[in-house]
Amino acid sequence: MIYIYSFLFTGFVCLIGQLILDNTKLTPGHITSIFVVVGSALDIFNIYDLIVAHVGGGALVPITSFGHLLIHGGMVGATENGFIGLAMGMFDLTASGITSAIFFAFIFSLFFKPRD
Amino acid sequence: MEKKLYDKLVMTHKPKEHRGQNAFIAFVVGGIMGVIGQLLVEFYSYYLGLSSIDASIFMIVTLIFLASLFTALGFFDKWVKFAKCGLIIPITGFAHSMTSAAIEYKKEGLVTGLGANMFKLAGTVILYGVVSAYIFGFIRLIIMGGA
Repeated sequence: MIYIYSFLFTGFVCLIGQLILDNTKLTPGHITSIFVVVGSALDIFNIYDLIVAHVGGGALVPITSFGHLLIHGGMVGATENGFIGLAMGMFDLTASGITSAIFFAFIFSLFFKPRD
Repeated sequence: MEKKLYDKLVMTHKPKEHRGQNAFIAFVVGGIMGVIGQLLVEFYSYYLGLSSIDASIFMIVTLIFLASLFTALGFFDKWVKFAKCGLIIPITGFAHSMTSAAIEYKKEGLVTGLGANMFKLAGTVILYGVVSAYIFGFIRLIIMGGA
């Protein structure tokens, strides 16, 4: 059942993105930025947590989860160190994703040539 | 007046995009990505005995690794052209934009080319993610008093 929810949720998010891309002049860069902001906005009142609890891993695949993980890491830091902790914990959960993206992009770009 | 006429002329010759088909493909491919994500989370939490948060971080790293590798090998661009938002919206789009920018600008030098241009597309995601997460985190801290 959780696989069906994963399929429907991620598919639905991608569908909205595709509709925005086709019907407006926004570029993919605009859309991914909007989705990240939406993801963190949904976490003000724990809505995205609720989605993750019901949908499982599928809710963490779209880029909206990036905003969700940013604000989540910030909240964990904030409970320990107050408002400064918000900045301290901000990258805690996304650090692995950003680091690995930078690392793999660099390593692969050294070994592979551009193709058309 | 002439510009209006020109715009009209351009519109008639613009190739028609199949919006319905694009949306359907994005839905199906995006859904498959979601299922793969869930499968990886269950795989890692079952075989490596990780907590669900650790397993989901492993899943994200795995998807980023695969997207970077396939982009470097050259066939991820074709997939993105076919599925569009079905692969751009998932975390794979983030890795794809970074790797393709890195490979494209490598010939301009390791610092001025690769280093300066790597975050061209991914930088906006990180920028707006951090700014919005900070503001909304502030709001949440005031309203709900933390996690």
